[in-house]
Amino acid sequence: MGAELQKTSLHQLHLASGARMGAFAGWDMPLSYAGTLAEHRAVRAHAGAFDVSHMGQIEIRGWDAAEFLQRMLTNDIARIVPGEGQYTLMLNTTGGVIDDLIAYDRGDDYLLVVNASNTGACLDWLTRHGPDGLAITDRSMETAMIALQGVDWKRLLSGVGASDRTLGLGYFHFAQDGLAGTSAMVARTGYTGEPGVELLVPWDEGPALWSALMALDDPPEPAGLVARDTLRLEMGYPLHGNDIGPDRTPLEAGLGWACDMDTEFTAVDVLRARREEGLAERLCAFVLTERGIPRRGQDVLVDGEVCGAVTSGSLSPTLDVGIGLAYVRTEVAEPGTEIAIDVRGSVKGAEIRHLPLVDTSPKKG
Amino acid sequence: MAEESYPEDLRYHREHDWVRVEDGEAVFGVTWYAQDNLGEVVYFDPPSPGAAVDADGTYGELESVKAVSDIYAPIGGEVVAVNDAVVERPELVNEDPYGEGWLIRVKISDPAELDALMQPAAYRDYLAGL
Repeated sequence: MGAELQKTSLHQLHLASGARMGAFAGWDMPLSYAGTLAEHRAVRAHAGAFDVSHMGQIEIRGWDAAEFLQRMLTNDIARIVPGEGQYTLMLNTTGGVIDDLIAYDRGDDYLLVVNASNTGACLDWLTRHGPDGLAITDRSMETAMIALQGVDWKRLLSGVGASDRTLGLGYFHFAQDGLAGTSAMVARTGYTGEPGVELLVPWDEGPALWSALMALDDPPEPAGLVARDTLRLEMGYPLHGNDIGPDRTPLEAGLGWACDMDTEFTAVDVLRARREEGLAERLCAFVLTERGIPRRGQDVLVDGEVCGAVTSGSLSPTLDVGIGLAYVRTEVAEPGTEIAIDVRGSVKGAEIRHLPLVDTSPKKG
Repeated sequence: MAEESYPEDLRYHREHDWVRVEDGEAVFGVTWYAQDNLGEVVYFDPPSPGAAVDADGTYGELESVKAVSDIYAPIGGEVVAVNDAVVERPELVNEDPYGEGWLIRVKISDPAELDALMQPAAYRDYLAGL
């Protein structure tokens, strides 16, 4: 089983540091290093570094790339200019989500950074619909990717030689910069709710960049995929495969903001009709009001009646309570609504809450 | 986190639970291997005092951030105490699995059930074969 898993270019470094490894989307990835709770808190308090080289990178090149992506992706790609990225979605013909991704306009081409588990599906879909002459290239195995997240990101990035221009990048902007002898694409993006960057470098340069970050004074905490999951869940960021997927539209997931209904993307008519007729269910965040940890698949109850199902659940290391995301019937989706979660036969009180569950906004700006 | 160890005065169950006989009562907990496999314990759902537990039956759950693990009674009896310190600070299971991280205390119903459990050496051999 283990022999078939892919390894990132940082794999040996993870093993050497004693990381607990596990299979994720066909990759042998670090799940935790010192411990998930410490890693999570380090990212919220100062900074953490994640190996996210398993993520997919797809390059779209050609004179008609923008027009093609306008049809393939939900957001208005014409709103970004070279040096900017955009959160967007790829839909199937029934309005379900093939993947959520970030599209970067690099001037000469577009780079799509997609979920590891969906790289193949995205490539297939794009290739199937791409016009002749458009180059669609999988760069996933040529690209190492490190997420540096947390308020200390500027000090740390400066420590590996980032220019003032890079340090001054706005949210969702990116630039090329030489970091620790590498050639890095530095993007002001992330999946933790903290300020920070995602660094894309050639595959073989990944270890040098990681090691340079770890050699700094007061280095970032190496953080694994479990902490990445608890961090994103506190922010209510959906995870494809859990909270969004091919049988749900983005509208029910609260991602209508990433769908520009004035553009003609795949299944826009389905979404327009759905918006017209109203949504039966919505993705909501909740917190348990008593001890316990909700888990994916558990029933959401209101007055003893099943009104939905948990799609992601965990302990919030910041709040020290059980939290989760669930699809619930629209009439009980209002923040403040008292619900209950059937945690393996034990009914636990909970409450629908506004997102994010943890407010990190004072750190941004 | 504690160092790996399997104390001599305990008996071990194949589901990675231990029992220590003290003053005619039994104290239950989980082994170093169990807590290492689970990772940081963040939640202990204990049984109620007075509840009956059966040998090889589950009596509660331990949870890490990512996983839920049933805990098994090595022998049967009646719960006489729950370690509330672990309910409050579940990480005690990682820090001291055979000491402060004990889980429940049980009035033994049949001491002969102890004979079915593994000695430390046998449990180590069992772990080596997993």
